[in-house]
Amino acid sequence: MTDSALEAPKVRDHKEDLFTAKPWQLVWRRFSKHMLAVVSLWFLILLALTAIFADQVAPYDPFKVQRLRTLAPPTGIHLFHEGQFVGPFVYGLSRERDPNTARVLYEADPETVLPIQFFYQSDDYNFLGLFKSNIHLFGVDDRREQINLLGTDDLGRDVFSRLMHGGRVTLSAGLVGVVFAFVLGLTLGSISGYFGGWIDSSIQRLMEFIRSIPTIPLWMGLAAALPIAWDPIFVYVLITLILALIGWTHLARVVRGQFMAIRNEDFVMAARLAGASEYRIITKHMLPSMTSYIIAALTLAVPEMILGETALSFLGLGLRPPVVSWGVLLQDAQNLRSISMAPWLLSPGLAVVLTVLAFNFLGDGLRDAADPYGQ
Amino acid sequence: MGNSIMTNSMPENRLLELDNVQVQFPMREGLVKAVNGVSYHVNKGEVLGIVGESGSGKSITARAIMRLLPKNAKETGGSIRLRPRTGEEFELSALDRNSRAVRKVRGNHIGMIFQEPMTALSPVHTIGTQIMRTVQLHKGLSKADARARAVELLAKVQMPRPAQLVDAYPHQLSGGMRQRAMIALAISCDPSLLIADEPTTALDVTTEAQIIELLKELKSELGMAIVFITHNFGVVADIADRVSVMYLGRIVETADVDDIFYAPKHPYTQALLRSIPRLGVDQGRRLPTIPGMVPDPFSVPNGCAFNPRCIHAVPGLCDTQVPPELRFGSQMSRCHIAEQFAQTEQQEPAHV
Amino acid sequence: MIAFIGRRALLAIPTLIFISFISFVIIQLPPGDYVTSYAAQLRQQGDYISIAQEAIMRQNLGLNDPILVQYWRWISNIVFRGDFGHSLEWNAPVGSLIWDRLALTLAISSLSLVFTWIIAIPVGVYSATRQYSILDHLFTVFGFLGKGVPDFLLALILMWIGFMYLHIDVGGLFSPQYQNAPWSWDKVVNLLSHLWIPLVVLATGGAAGLIRVMRANMLDELGKPYVETAYAQGLSERQVVWNYPVRVALNPFISTVGWSLPALFSGDVITAVVLNLPTTGPLLLQALKMQDMYLAGSFILILSVFTVIGTLVSDILLAWFDPRIRYA
Repeated sequence: MTDSALEAPKVRDHKEDLFTAKPWQLVWRRFSKHMLAVVSLWFLILLALTAIFADQVAPYDPFKVQRLRTLAPPTGIHLFHEGQFVGPFVYGLSRERDPNTARVLYEADPETVLPIQFFYQSDDYNFLGLFKSNIHLFGVDDRREQINLLGTDDLGRDVFSRLMHGGRVTLSAGLVGVVFAFVLGLTLGSISGYFGGWIDSSIQRLMEFIRSIPTIPLWMGLAAALPIAWDPIFVYVLITLILALIGWTHLARVVRGQFMAIRNEDFVMAARLAGASEYRIITKHMLPSMTSYIIAALTLAVPEMILGETALSFLGLGLRPPVVSWGVLLQDAQNLRSISMAPWLLSPGLAVVLTVLAFNFLGDGLRDAADPYGQ
Repeated sequence: MGNSIMTNSMPENRLLELDNVQVQFPMREGLVKAVNGVSYHVNKGEVLGIVGESGSGKSITARAIMRLLPKNAKETGGSIRLRPRTGEEFELSALDRNSRAVRKVRGNHIGMIFQEPMTALSPVHTIGTQIMRTVQLHKGLSKADARARAVELLAKVQMPRPAQLVDAYPHQLSGGMRQRAMIALAISCDPSLLIADEPTTALDVTTEAQIIELLKELKSELGMAIVFITHNFGVVADIADRVSVMYLGRIVETADVDDIFYAPKHPYTQALLRSIPRLGVDQGRRLPTIPGMVPDPFSVPNGCAFNPRCIHAVPGLCDTQVPPELRFGSQMSRCHIAEQFAQTEQQEPAHV
Repeated sequence: MIAFIGRRALLAIPTLIFISFISFVIIQLPPGDYVTSYAAQLRQQGDYISIAQEAIMRQNLGLNDPILVQYWRWISNIVFRGDFGHSLEWNAPVGSLIWDRLALTLAISSLSLVFTWIIAIPVGVYSATRQYSILDHLFTVFGFLGKGVPDFLLALILMWIGFMYLHIDVGGLFSPQYQNAPWSWDKVVNLLSHLWIPLVVLATGGAAGLIRVMRANMLDELGKPYVETAYAQGLSERQVVWNYPVRVALNPFISTVGWSLPALFSGDVITAVVLNLPTTGPLLLQALKMQDMYLAGSFILILSVFTVIGTLVSDILLAWFDPRIRYA
């Protein structure tokens, strides 16, 4: 009877946007549902900015020694002075010696009110070798008093300033190490995955071998072989290389696994049957489906490098003073005495933990978002 | 609604009765009514075939009987009652997923066979261990007796060399043998009801025929009833006594196997039957297909769920009102115009 | 099965050879050699040997031979005579220095491995079966923290807490008064009060990772059809979970034991330095800093050999545990 109903089925047009969204938009959409990963991303962006602009963010020269301000505790920031609002300020510190133990004691001096100045001019610096300046994000206007958000170390250097500068070294070492590892991993991983056969199995053996060595002793062994007298920058590059030499296996495994899995996927076969060239298949079909995985793997590799650098430097085999890195800073917190007297010396450790966690969360979020079949 | 009927007792030969069973899945995109008021019954010793395409809710209904619904599923109504050989009566719908009572039913009164014999058996245990664990649990047999029982069961499902293969791991067996092991496991405690959820879908045609044959033999030998879930009408014709056809969470037609094939009273059943390829008929013509696509589960059409794809749909009726269950003797159809099919049949008997 | 073990053991041999070679290369890496260091040592004591004498010493010690020959001399001494070379700094054979410390390292590592398992398996299973429960979230946080906190930092913090708030003396394995005392009940108690920190440090690091692995494996396995089959047999949740998916989920777990050993040894090295334990760590660090390369190289070699053996054992265990591998 009503044969007209046979005609075209009704088309629903809601969610049309989902069907036309580009892969990257889908990845981003899934990623942005991952609260922790998004927060981590913002945290890392902030961290990267402070690392780049460490000269400006840090109120003091990280090497400036203050003999009269050794192991001073963190200065608290106050808003109200004697019940009156005066904006952000810090109190000065009075320095005394304990009459019995002769230890230096610091106490906040409620007489001296030091308002925090923004874009304050103090120590000179040479920003990334580009230009000289002396403008800092904040500071206090006093010849003798200082603002030490995280206290000072045993030479009276501002821990906060050193932390900022150390972040620059540690983070960049992590990133450079990952770049080295990435080049190694991508090359060997794709050779392994593409050629297969005995090349694959020998590269596999090599990777298994490297994985089976306890990393820290090996790192230590390699790092110890570096002569102490070498230029710190050179040592820095070599340390990252050493980290990468051991860290590339994980990346190579991911790349190879992806290559192997995708090579036999139907869509690659379909592209091949449709007459696409090998180059086009790799660049237009295989790589786009791999990049998100690789980015996630890279993100997860950074914290490994950071932990490696920190551990080596902490043991005194990695970067050495005067280079400032988080690991180097933690050397000051190596014994019980200094930790119990100045717990704030552990703050670089907190920075390491937060950074490593943020990278892990970000990497997990990216990995989940990159998986087209997850959720 | 379902709860009020509970007071009625089941007819004498009734084994299983489902009344207005509803299962829903709350998802981020909306509510999926996977099973939307399904009622059917199984009599002792009979085979009920349940046919429907993927997503029609046939497997979910079976899981509701077994109380094995996924954790995010919500049951919003209906009753399921079972009266196995022993004469006890279980109101399954009232039992919790992990309750002691339901564990006594599972494996003991109801056996279940799954679609993928490859993955439905534990890969790290021998098939003997898996069967023994079940009979030890329900029958309280000793280890040695349980093992003898396992060998006996494997012989019963015509597994070659049962005494040796009892110690085989699933990955050492072929697909057909694995499904036989699966059946042995399901019937290990002489259940009154066997639920077979697409037991032959993953098998090749020859093995499929052997498994069907085996199930028929076991059914008459052990006198158990079978709920046979499939999407394949050909298999149903072979084994079922009665057939229910499901579409989008509802049973649209139930009838004796002959009536389903020769006097279908629902346009969906008719369309499905028309799209089965047959030798020697309509040579050189395209196989008819059902127009349109299965609607996505978040936006099931109003009225009769089949109406956008139905060539007989009456505008204003079929797309607004859910059709009631119309009965023609033992046959039931949920179609507003089922009467018309009944009349045309009288004039020109079955053209299918 | 025996054939499998044999095959696996044979495969380990090239790895062992490779490892020993790398260790030797590390020994050779620093500029200068044994004679240079020896001469420097003599100079410090006010003695002096001439360049010509150094050259003669080199000749006699075979330091001018090709590296492969030197390698062979080194490794054959180790394999056939158990002679690991001579420690310059201690002026003693390496063999006499390392075994006590290695035994302690092994003991602490295997103890913490056991602890790791005792923590990780039940917690991972719980987290997976009660996904998104409060405890699951808590364990997830713990897992991430364990991943993020470097071993040495955890050791430092625990040491600090123990010292500041629990008023126990930490570091080392014994309090000074028990250091040289004969074994007694008090000494054992004293040992335990020192041992818990390294154990906690090492077990947390490992357990944090393994909980995540176990949870992910379990979630994979719980969704598989055979679990439903087991439920359909009428088994209770506990019977199903512990007999079926846990059995399967443990497999990747076992296969990673081999990898957790290197991590444990690494962790032990750095934790021991912080806590001043008489294990391999501090001695290795010391040796590396002084470029006492025979000692350092021997440590690296032996730790790596242990790892290879650990991997081998885990492979065999896996095959014993998983029929699919045994018969593959």
